[in-house]
Order: sequence, then C-alpha cells, then structure tokens
Amino acid sequence: MKTSFTLNGKAVQVETAPDATLLWTLRDALGMTGAKFGCGASLCGVCTVHLDGMPVRSCLTPISMAAGRSVTTIEGLAEEELHPLQKAWIDEQVPQCGYCQPGQIMQAAALLRSNPRPTREEIVSYMNGILCRCGTYLRIIKAIERASQSR
Amino acid sequence: MNGQNESSRSTISRRQFLAAAGGVTFVIAAGAFAPDIFAEESRSVPGEDKQITAWVRVQEDGRIIIYNPAAEMGQGSMTALAVIIAEEMDADWADVQIEFSPIEPSTYGLQWGGKLGGPMITVGSRTVRGYYHALRHAGAQARYVLLHNAAEKWGVPMAELNTGQSVVIHKAGGRKMSYGEIAAFAKAPPQLPEIPEVEWRKPEDFRLIGKVIPRFDIPGKVDGSAMFSIDVQVPGMVYGAISRSPVNGSKPELLNEEDVRETEGLIDIVQLDHGIGVIAETYEQALNAKKKLQISWSKGAKAEGFDSVKAYALYHKTAQDKSVQGEVVERSGDVAQALRSAYKTYDIEYNTDFAYHAQMEPLNAVVSVAADGKSAEAWVGSQAPDTARRAISETLNIDFSQVTLHPCYLGGGFGRRSMADYVEEATLLSNKIRRPVKLIWTREDDVQYGAFRPICLQRMQAATDEKGNLTGWGHCITGTGGGLLDSGATINYYTIPNRLIEVRNIDHGVRTKHWRSVAHGPNKYAIEAFLDEIAVDQGIDPYELRRRLMKDHPRELKVLDEAAALATWGEIDKEGRARGIAFCERSGSFSAAVVEISLDRSSGQIRVHRVWAALDAGVVVQPDNAIAQMEGGIVMGISNVLQESITFRNGKVRQSNFHDYPILRMADAPESIEVRLIPSREAPQGIGEASLPLMGGAIANAFLKLTGKPLRHMPFTPERVLEALEG
Ligand code: FES
Ligand code: FES
Repeated sequence: MKTSFTLNGKAVQVETAPDATLLWTLRDALGMTGAKFGCGASLCGVCTVHLDGMPVRSCLTPISMAAGRSVTTIEGLAEEELHPLQKAWIDEQVPQCGYCQPGQIMQAAALLRSNPRPTREEIVSYMNGILCRCGTYLRIIKAIERASQSR
Repeated sequence: MNGQNESSRSTISRRQFLAAAGGVTFVIAAGAFAPDIFAEESRSVPGEDKQITAWVRVQEDGRIIIYNPAAEMGQGSMTALAVIIAEEMDADWADVQIEFSPIEPSTYGLQWGGKLGGPMITVGSRTVRGYYHALRHAGAQARYVLLHNAAEKWGVPMAELNTGQSVVIHKAGGRKMSYGEIAAFAKAPPQLPEIPEVEWRKPEDFRLIGKVIPRFDIPGKVDGSAMFSIDVQVPGMVYGAISRSPVNGSKPELLNEEDVRETEGLIDIVQLDHGIGVIAETYEQALNAKKKLQISWSKGAKAEGFDSVKAYALYHKTAQDKSVQGEVVERSGDVAQALRSAYKTYDIEYNTDFAYHAQMEPLNAVVSVAADGKSAEAWVGSQAPDTARRAISETLNIDFSQVTLHPCYLGGGFGRRSMADYVEEATLLSNKIRRPVKLIWTREDDVQYGAFRPICLQRMQAATDEKGNLTGWGHCITGTGGGLLDSGATINYYTIPNRLIEVRNIDHGVRTKHWRSVAHGPNKYAIEAFLDEIAVDQGIDPYELRRRLMKDHPRELKVLDEAAALATWGEIDKEGRARGIAFCERSGSFSAAVVEISLDRSSGQIRVHRVWAALDAGVVVQPDNAIAQMEGGIVMGISNVLQESITFRNGKVRQSNFHDYPILRMADAPESIEVRLIPSREAPQGIGEASLPLMGGAIANAFLKLTGKPLRHMPFTPERVLEALEG
C-alpha cells in the first residue's frame, strides 16, 4: 500500500503493508528513528509525534491515518535553530538515558502550542502520559516552564 | 568467565562510526587507531589527527578526542571520565569531543582494584570511582607527550615548559604552541613514563573537576540524533523476534511451522533452546509471524509451579528455623546470648517482591555474521560490551578478535544490560541467515522473560538493655537469587556490639539479576524500618536514635545531620503529613534522606510530596550530574517502593506491560527534591545508586509517624496500605 503525506515539511510517499503503524514506518522505512518504541500499547508515550500538530502515539496509529496529513517528528521540530524547548532541555540538563526524551519534547511542544503559559498543574496533567524510567520529571517541568517564559 | 585479558590489538585498526542523517545511513571511517600506537612511528602523516596516547587523539584544528570506555546509559560518566582526563592534560573543555573507546578490555577495561586492564563493565556505580586515579594518570601522560614534543621542537628542556588550556607555554622564550599545532608534528616518545601523583594537578587548582559542565551526550538526546542500538540501520538488515519460554527452562517444540512460513515477509524460523525465533523483512512482519507461533513447551522445568505469593510462607519458615545456619555475611560477638540476656527483644519480618528493570528501551541488538561465518559485527547497547563481544565469539565459535562491536547509547540499563542473553540471541538469528539482523524484544518479552531483582524476606531481630541501647542485631535474609541477596546488609556505621547477618537462599529456577543498587533496596528498607519501629517503641525520635548509633562515625553522622537540617527535621508537620528519615551507604557513598508524605485513607494511596537528601561521595567530578542521579534514584526508588511488583504463578510471570507493571508517572513524582552534596577531598565514590535504597525506609518511617502503623511488605500498594491501617 502506498501512502503519501508530509514529513517534517517534505512530501513523502511510502510503500508498506496495509496494517503497518506510523511508528515502524517512520523508523524503518523513513529513517526517522527519533520516535522510539517503548511499549507498543499506548502506555508509555515515547513514540509520540505530531499529526497535524496534535500529539499522537505513533505505535498505535495506522499508517493510513497519516495519508494526506502532516507528520512532525523530533528531527523536524527545530526550524532555523533549536526549538525553545530543546534549548531549555539542554539548559536544565534534562535527559539521562535520553530514550524517552523525544516523546517528552514532542508532547511538551504540543502543550505550548495550545497553551503557551501553562501552570505547573497543567504541565503535569498534559505530560503525565509519557514515562521516564530515569526519573527526570522535575527537570522536565522546569524546562517547560523555562521555555514558556522565554517565548 | 576466563580470558578477560585476551586481546585483539592487532585486528582493530580502524574504527567505524555509524551516523544517520535524514534517514540515510552511512558509514564513516574515522582516524586510524591502534592501542599500541607507540610501535608505529609512521603515524605522523600531515593532515591526519594524532593519537597522543591510547586515550587521547588531537587534531590539527585543535580538537581533542577523548575515549570513553564506559557504557553511557544516562548516568553521565561518559562526560565525567573525559573531564578527568581533560583536567590533567590541561585541555580547554571547548576543544573536547568524546568517543566510545574500542572494546579492548586489556587497554580500556578496569580491574576492581582500580588498575587498567580488566572487564569493561559499567555496574555497581564503579565507573568514576574506579577510573578516577587511572585516568588522572592517563591525562597527565597525555600532557607529558605534548610537552615532550614541544620541548624537542624548540630545543629547550621540558622543565622550562608549562601548559594552559590546550596550549604549551615557554615563558622564558615568550613562546606558545597550541595542542593542535603540536599534533601536526607530534611523535610518540619512546616510552610513556609514570607520572608521580605529586606532579598531578592539585585539587585546589581544578578547573573542570567539581565544576558544572554540561553533559556531552545531551544535545544529541534532544534532537533525536543520539544513536541507541534500536536505531541502527545497516544495509541489508532484516528483523527478528522471539517467542521465549513462559516457564524458565522449558523447551519449545514448534507445532505449525508450515503456517508460520506462509507469513508475509518471513525469511526464516530459528529453533533456540529457550524459544523460537522468526526473521522477516520488517519488524511488524516478524511480530505477525511471532503471533502465529504455536509452541508446545516441555514439562519438568525447575521453575514450574513456582508461586511467588506463596513463597513467603516458605521464607518465613526458613527464617524461623533454628536448625538452619545460612551463609554468614557478618558475625561479631554473640547475638544469641545478647537476645537471651536482653531487657527487651524485637523480632519482625519484612517482605520485598520481585522487581523488573523497566528500562525504557526494550532489549535489542543488531548482529551481522559474515557470509562465511568466520567474523561478525555488532551494534549493541551493553553495560558489559566485552562480555557481549565474547558472547558473540563463543556463540559462533570464532576468535574474540573476529568480532567488531560498536557500542551504542543505552536507553537505560539498571543492571539488566550487563547480561548478554539478547546479544547471543541476535547472533544465533543472524548466523542462521548470515545477514544483519536487528532483534527487538517487545515490552511483553522484556517483562515476561525478565531477570528480576529477587524476592526476599528479612527477619530482623534486636536486643536492647534497660536504657534502650541496642545490644544485639540479627538480620536473616531468605529469598532466591543467591549472591544477589546480601548487598547492603552490613551496617558498620551503626555501633551495635553483637551482630549476625546471614543469607538463607532457596533456588526456584527463575531468572534473577542485579537491579539498580542490587539488594540495598530490600535490605536498607528492612534495616531502617526496623530501627524506626524500635525507636517508636522506645519513645525515642528516630533521627536521635540513629545519631546515637552513629556516634563513632562522624563522616556518616554529618550526612545524616545535613539531610535532617535540610528538611528542618523536628518542625511540626503540616496537617495530614509526616516526615520519615533513612540512611544508606552504597558503592562507598553515604547518603541520607527525609521524605514528607500524605495518605489518602480511603484509597490507601501514599503520596510523597517533598524529599531532602544529602550525599557524601568524596570528590564529585560532575556536581550537577550527581544531583541528577540523586533525583533519578529517588524517583525510581519511590516508583519501586509504592507500586512495582512482579509475581509468578505456576512458574509464569503474571505481568506483561506498563498497565500491570506501572512505573511512576509525573503526577506521582514529588513536588520537590533538594539535594545537598557535601564538599570533600576524599576519593570519589559511586553515586548512581546512592539514593534509591533510601526510599523504602524513609517512606515506611513517615507512614509509621503518620498512622502509627508499620509497613512490612514492599511495594506499599494501596491494598497493602489499607491492610496495614486495619492491622
Ligand atoms: S511505544 Fe507508543 S505509547 Fe509506548
Ligand atoms: S531519560 Fe531515560 S527514560 Fe527518560
């Protein structure tokens, strides 16, 4: 099955099995390995990418849902320079192993787009779906607050 | 395992690096490399970068490449080790780049005593403390090589030269030369001298050690470019998945091979001892094939019938059995006598369930066995890359030197990734088809074929005199996992005259493994919770009780005092809240923490609001990273203590993914964690596991304060909390 969509601002067409998911298509067919595999069951959020600007768990998103739409992964988040969240992530030295962080950042980017000045409670409730085994949550909150203030 | 020092010096001549950009993967050959560089004078080709020592390469443009021999799994030692070398070689940190060293244990490995040449294994928080001395020396040697070359060039004695941030300075001659300029003509001196410690940089002059330096690996971890093995793509690569024994030790028989072979994209089926592997063009096709597998499993495995809930009855019986003497961990004085003659005695048992690592990157590896089967290349995230390399060579029955292993970042290790089972599996799959195979465990595989921190029961006994002084201490650990049970049981920092600590192990045939801080989690929990129960019974403040026990140990006492001060211990708790304190030593570090909790009495949910922690880890190379490790250990500790439990029934693991093995989410993390690092000139100690074992005791103790009820079974799930409230 052929599917066409926009990936990080560029038109792509990809040939997959009809039941392929967005996650494995991005990672293996399109080389966008920033979206991670963690649970395959919408439980951990490390596979989070944007579909038309909304965060989705790509592990359970069928590739057909991307047809004609726009997909953004961590590789496409920065424009001329790093996204304010990416800078804040460096300033706060958030990542440890780093494996969950693309998912965290993509989820946070969607939050700031819809709510540029979130309260701490809003941050926590919006981010709660993304697990971090290394326990970087408090730094994630600080980084989101920093990025939100810098805008 | 033997042969730790076997080497393949001669065969690794070029390092290859994988990089991925815009979905295209290409292989770049980097600068020539051989650990025994001093044999090769011919190396001084202009324009090429220069191997200064086995640890350092300098480029003519001034860039300094430092090799990191340790796994980078989030603990940050990749940066810390380079900081140590850069400090002593007097490098400008802005010039430094870090690369993984070759997997050459004879050059880059570490013996347990701190000498180079030993296993390359990142466990037990040993990296910074283990390498500290050796790498300061290595840095001093690199500086020597640079000085030596400058002295020859200028024709002046080395003694007239000095260095300053990537520059050699000849003050008398008013000259300077950058390290990059030296690289253009540098030759290795005939011999690398030992540089005596008195000539190393004085701690008061440190520019890098102990300063806040951003971690080298972080930028790649925020833009998606960091390479985990799961991200590696090599030409012609296909995908593998395995269905493994539901009961450890049972053997598979595939019942529907023909059916499975029909699966779209299927390349091959591989019979393994402990499972059936499938290889397909895409990972999803491999998963489809895996789903179809109908396997009959052999009967009679030792683990069959194991029930982890019922096991506690057996542990209880074993711990109480007077006729049994376990393996003695420590014996001093006569505990039996102390108990007999005590004014009062205490005898309490604490249970701890199995725990799963839950590293966010499921196990995976890419292995490519050559068409002739005589060599292999692998991309692996491993805490023990030389073990992984050896596992490949032994699986294929080829020499160690015929295996090239490219270390990748680890999406978490926590002890799980020092085992090479997943690398061996990928090797077997690739060997069957002689093509590169990426084997990925699903999360369900990762949970169900996990290797867990063992279940255990701690029977604690104490004797006190009429003044309440502790005169005897018995700690009997029963459980499974043998050598994984006793770490953290000794408490030399508490002065108690008569002590007996022993392990009574029962093998159930299930898979167990080191898990961040090993047995410190269960043992420190039992020790600290037991002390609090005694304190409450004696009407002593728990902090005061510990202070008395630590009177002969000022360094430890200071850590306890700092944590208590940070938490303003003694202040009246807010309505519905209470604080608990605990102390721990792990990997040479001393740590203490106070937690503040509240409790939802209708649901039984405990919430940790604030945590204050103090750490004495000697010299801290990377202070902000040390704080990050303390924070991470606290969060993982709370997660483990409140909600993590693996259970077995009929020999099978009952959990399978994050819905039934929940790990802490952001909403349940504490609102604040304050960490105080105690300044020290003592040798560096391990940090990555220092805070985690504090959480069991501190939370149980806060709960005891809040409710008057003890918590004696980890994790403290809502059901258990409700039970404790009724009890
Ligand atoms: S991998 Fe998609 S939510 Fe976990
Ligand atoms: S940084 Fe390791 S899982 Fe989040």
